[in-house]
Amino acid sequence: MSKTEAGARKGASSRPQKSGPRGRLARSNDRAYFLMAIPALLVYALFYLYPTLTNLRYAFSEWDGLQEAKFIGFKNFTRSLTNDDTFYKVLGNNIEFTGLVVIFQTALSLLFAIFLLKNTRASVALRTLYFFPTILSSVSVAMVWQFLYEPNLGPLNVFLNSIGLDFLALNWLGSETITLRAVAFTQVWFHTGQMMVVYIAGLQQIPQELYEAAEVDGATRWQQFKSVTWPMALPTTAVVMAYTTIQSFRAFDLIYAMTQGGPNNSSSILVTLIYLTAFNEYRFGYAATQSIYLIVFILVLTAIQRRLLRTRY
Amino acid sequence: MIYKVGRAFGLTLFSVLILIPVLVVVLGSFKGDLELMTKPLALPERWSFDNYRNLLEGGQIANNFKNSTIVTLFSVLLTLFISSLASFGIARIIHVSGKVLLLLFTMGLAIPAATSIIGIYQLFVTLNLTNTLHGLVIINVASTLPISIFILSAFFRQIPTEIYESAAMDGAKPFRLYRSVALPLSRPSMGAVAIFLFVITWNDLLYPLLLITRSDLKTLPLALIDYRGEYAINFSMIFTAVMVASIPMVVMYLAMQKSFVSGLTAGAVKG
Repeated sequence: MSKTEAGARKGASSRPQKSGPRGRLARSNDRAYFLMAIPALLVYALFYLYPTLTNLRYAFSEWDGLQEAKFIGFKNFTRSLTNDDTFYKVLGNNIEFTGLVVIFQTALSLLFAIFLLKNTRASVALRTLYFFPTILSSVSVAMVWQFLYEPNLGPLNVFLNSIGLDFLALNWLGSETITLRAVAFTQVWFHTGQMMVVYIAGLQQIPQELYEAAEVDGATRWQQFKSVTWPMALPTTAVVMAYTTIQSFRAFDLIYAMTQGGPNNSSSILVTLIYLTAFNEYRFGYAATQSIYLIVFILVLTAIQRRLLRTRY
Repeated sequence: MIYKVGRAFGLTLFSVLILIPVLVVVLGSFKGDLELMTKPLALPERWSFDNYRNLLEGGQIANNFKNSTIVTLFSVLLTLFISSLASFGIARIIHVSGKVLLLLFTMGLAIPAATSIIGIYQLFVTLNLTNTLHGLVIINVASTLPISIFILSAFFRQIPTEIYESAAMDGAKPFRLYRSVALPLSRPSMGAVAIFLFVITWNDLLYPLLLITRSDLKTLPLALIDYRGEYAINFSMIFTAVMVASIPMVVMYLAMQKSFVSGLTAGAVKG
């Protein structure tokens, strides 16, 4: 927006009584412009905002999705917190899943962005390859990794056995201790290329002179990274971490297709728990309560992330 | 020196990690199941299209493909049309209501779709929109409006006002400004949003899972889940279905890599 336009806008909105011919024209056009937003507004309000709000009402009720919902006050909310081991387990899973994915995806995408920063032919080809998984559906990715992780005949375990690492050949998707991590690995495999592209765009904006100056001072590669790349890339890191966090909360498709949250909820995160509570257990009211907690959780996490990143710069 | 070795090692490792699954699927779709299990990475002993033939004859895959195509095309086109119209309006409104509108739409960005599924399911049952393809189109449009409007309104605000003013001088009305000035200028942004929407709509599992139970109305990702159950551990058939489901995106990616990368990245960063 240009400066003069900003001034004109301010004037038109704060002092409507002073409207000359220009102001009148602007206001009459405002109505036309507002009309243009109406179709989108209607669809969004009716089919997205409204159901999100009704969720709030269901959260205070006991309801199987068929009969009348019965109002029960805050019972669902207190039950989640005081008398529901599964809820705590899944909350813990979600924190572990998000933590693992954010740490590894951010670190790896930064590393590969540094490796492939120069626009050589080989770098561009590898970028294309690394980005490739991004275009696939979570369901397809889940099917492939189910095969790779297959405990008896799957390529991963066959490989581990053949090089003598039998003790590492685990039941990747069938064990309560390892499955969540196996799924997190797939999530990182899935989306690292996309975040690498974000980093490359960020790193290419760092002035080349900074590196030249560092080189003149005899800085090693590691010192250059520590004193130039990392601090200059912090804004990009903030974007990557924020997006990766949201993305990890949305991993419904991948987890549902890969493990359905199993075994015994050990690879479930909040979004899969909500779905299973509603559509496998027919506890719609309780599932609505869980989604309220999820929203609160995300808001808290976003606030923390903002605070942390603001103090950094 | 250490850096060079580390770089070569890291790049090779990640390349292998991506190439292996891709090769296993591509080659596996031309093999029998036993051959896939015993020699997942070897070239097929005989390139056979049996899996593809069985899949076409035995199942609903052609139908699933058609459903995915219909739903994706209509969802993307409708979203593009109403979101560009709204974004243009929002960017041009002088009154504060423009800002309020934008805020209202962008609120939808922070919250994962799965948190609204109970309300959405209930609403769609009430309106008899479950088990219909147009119901799926409606929820796709409603849920992708926030991100589209967020990206497009940012773009429309960057267009210098002088351009609009000179057109308005010639007597162009708001809708005319949208159609003849803003839209032609916004081609690249619209393209990026279109690709982003295309990929997420084509690949989506959540909404079809929520709204569709009739097998003749299932989209490809939802049908894949069924095939997984139906063919049990017959992975060569499952991989053939994965191939069918992925080919449109892969072909488009290879044909227009640059637009794909920038489109999907714009959606990611701004979302």
